[in-house]
Amino acid sequence: MEYVLSLIVLAAAVAVVASPLRRGRGTEPALEAELASLAAAKEAKYGEIRDAELDFQTGKLSDADYRAVDHALRAEAIELMRRLDAAREAAAGERPHA
Amino acid sequence: MLNLGRVCLTLALLIALYGVGASLYGAHRGGPNWVDSGRRAVYAVAGVLTLAFVILEAAFLRSDFSFALVGSHSSTTTPAFYKATAVWSSQEGSLLLWVWLLAVWSSLVLFATRRRLREVAPYATAILLGFAAFFAALVVLLANPFGPADPAPAEGAGLQPLLRHPSMMVHPPMLYSGYTLFAIPFAFALGALMTRRLSPEWIVATRRFALAAWLFLSFGILLGARWSWSELGWGGYWAWDPVENASLMPWLTGTAFLHSAMIQEKRGMLKAWNVSLVLATGILAVLGTFLVRSGILESIHAFGASTLGKPFLAFIAVLVTGSTILVVTRLDDLRPEGSFESLLSRESVFLLNNLVLVSLCFVIFWGTFFPLISEAVTGQRASVGPPWFDRYTVPLAIALVFLSGVGPVIAWRRATPRNARRSFRLPLAAAATAALALALVRGVWREPLALLMFCAAAFVLAVVVQELWRGTHARRVASGESAPVALASLVSRNRRRYGGYVVHVGVAALFVGVAASSTFQHVRDVRLSPGQTARVGGYDVRYLRATSELSREKVTLGAALELRRDGRHVTTLMPSRGYYPSRDPTLGPAGRYFDGEATSEVGLRAGLRRDVWTAVEPDIDALRRMIDGIDRRFPLAAGDSATLMLGAIADRYEALPPPASFRLIVSPMVEWIWLGGLIAAAGGLIALWPAPRAARRRAGAAHPAHVRRELSRA
Repeated sequence: MEYVLSLIVLAAAVAVVASPLRRGRGTEPALEAELASLAAAKEAKYGEIRDAELDFQTGKLSDADYRAVDHALRAEAIELMRRLDAAREAAAGERPHA
Repeated sequence: MLNLGRVCLTLALLIALYGVGASLYGAHRGGPNWVDSGRRAVYAVAGVLTLAFVILEAAFLRSDFSFALVGSHSSTTTPAFYKATAVWSSQEGSLLLWVWLLAVWSSLVLFATRRRLREVAPYATAILLGFAAFFAALVVLLANPFGPADPAPAEGAGLQPLLRHPSMMVHPPMLYSGYTLFAIPFAFALGALMTRRLSPEWIVATRRFALAAWLFLSFGILLGARWSWSELGWGGYWAWDPVENASLMPWLTGTAFLHSAMIQEKRGMLKAWNVSLVLATGILAVLGTFLVRSGILESIHAFGASTLGKPFLAFIAVLVTGSTILVVTRLDDLRPEGSFESLLSRESVFLLNNLVLVSLCFVIFWGTFFPLISEAVTGQRASVGPPWFDRYTVPLAIALVFLSGVGPVIAWRRATPRNARRSFRLPLAAAATAALALALVRGVWREPLALLMFCAAAFVLAVVVQELWRGTHARRVASGESAPVALASLVSRNRRRYGGYVVHVGVAALFVGVAASSTFQHVRDVRLSPGQTARVGGYDVRYLRATSELSREKVTLGAALELRRDGRHVTTLMPSRGYYPSRDPTLGPAGRYFDGEATSEVGLRAGLRRDVWTAVEPDIDALRRMIDGIDRRFPLAAGDSATLMLGAIADRYEALPPPASFRLIVSPMVEWIWLGGLIAAAGGLIALWPAPRAARRRAGAAHPAHVRRELSRA
């Protein structure tokens, strides 16, 4: 009984591990990592903008300081968006056309 | 089922080794299919280890003594809860728990990131599987929990008496969850270093796992302290024991990482510091596991000397060397993207907080390993005690609590000095008020460090209340919501920020408890006969009568103590000592109980103002003639006849009780430690909980045009 159960466990483990190898060779978009990195940076920048807004609303920043910080953060966010768009266009260009 | 268990462990080892190879081959040349196969190897390892763990659990619950481990750590008389948890009371079972938890958490993180971090994840997978392979090799080759008992005994030895406490049974899974969860940011940091993909992406992807690690480790440490207070019978919750310290060190560096990671996420700064912190945390977690098992340092918590020391040392050496080489060779990629704009910024406060936390870790590391260092240098093993640790850790802890109040009132990037001054006004007033109020309490002025801690805690509480009030007010103005709704939505939309603030309140409460209980504690060791009274910390403790109890597991001898304050009855405490039978066949039917292991059951009256703690040490020598007489005359007595004789000893103790030794402690605000821990855990859960869908959508990739339009208008 234990022998049979051991074989079943072995077969299941091999099936789980080997299943991706039976698929055709996958493709890895070259710019995907860059896109993910920029997307993470963009999310972090939005978080910064929201935090600065909350800091202003809770009285930690003066009006002038908040405007300066917010302006700088938004400029950085726009730059990130531009880079993200450029990376997306480059990634789209690399993909094979259907 | 022994063979199936062994097959599962061997399979786990082989699959883990295959997965390391598949992941690295896939990352270099083989492509995503091999990477995918490596990731699935983690799922498979988790699957077979789950099966192995279930087999072992079932053996414990069924008292299947054909498993040698079950016979040596459980018995038919062990209660079901302790049978289920006795699995990790052994070296072998706890290692299996470690690697099983690691595999489960690794599966979760790799499933969550299966479409992200395409470059980093294969290396992180290889590292996590490398960890799994190391621990699987230990359980397969050196500490196999599926060893057979030949012949199987009719009865087991039972669970170590000291471990028969609910806290102690939950404590290891919590601690190991913390350790193994910290392996996840460790692995992704190494992966990021290897691939030079050092954007904050790996931090974002593993943030919740790091926070969960912190939460579990905090809970585990507190449960250990709680066990020490209510079970060990020495009257303390923290002894600066090497194993206690080993769990605290990764907690400190992990806490520092959770703070400094925010600076990298927001500003792209402190990259080298962050990877160093998270690598140190991962290595300290393995060091903690090593200390419990190697026997190199004396500790009541350790499993004792074993053969695992050398493999662990080799593994730690590989981790330290590999991590150092990677950090040093990637210094160019770890250059910061921004710089500190002002000393008056949250980044600066976080950096200060990091320095305090790392200093604390260094002090504890030095004190813990001082016996080994002194032995290496002078040839003599010297050790440092609690006063040495207190001298350095207390001022640092006060600074830490104070800084946890400063951070929340300072803005990111640069705070406006005028606004900062205004923000500090109320919290500083609260701290001053606390100082004045405490001046009315006798003796507090004579303890400036404790007083400073109380003031720092008042400061933190006032800061958090002020922050919540201001945030709620701002939200009410913006949305017109009622105060409770505005508060709820404020916290809900900024869970990380306000969850962190709640953690700060909990930590402050915890340190108030530590400061009060360690500074203003009253302790007396007395010897009393029934009818006699001792006075401690304003209480009169009267020894009313001796007590005894006989069960299948143990003989219990104790005392009923009446607690009175100002002449009024407060409560009756029942401390006792349980005597568990030894398996030594040379001891007689009575002697095997009284010469075996014994544990204290503390008589405790707990309250927010103070705990009254009592422990008793019955004078067994007074019963020695009776015990020896029974052993001599009835050496083969067993079953009902042995029970009858033990009953006679217990009755004799109750009827003619000899003087007993008592330790009596009145310790203020100990409950604040547990309460503070619960508050901190609640804050951690708030921070850990995913943000509501609406809050995420604002910055989500699904609406880039909208966000872009919004940003372009600026």
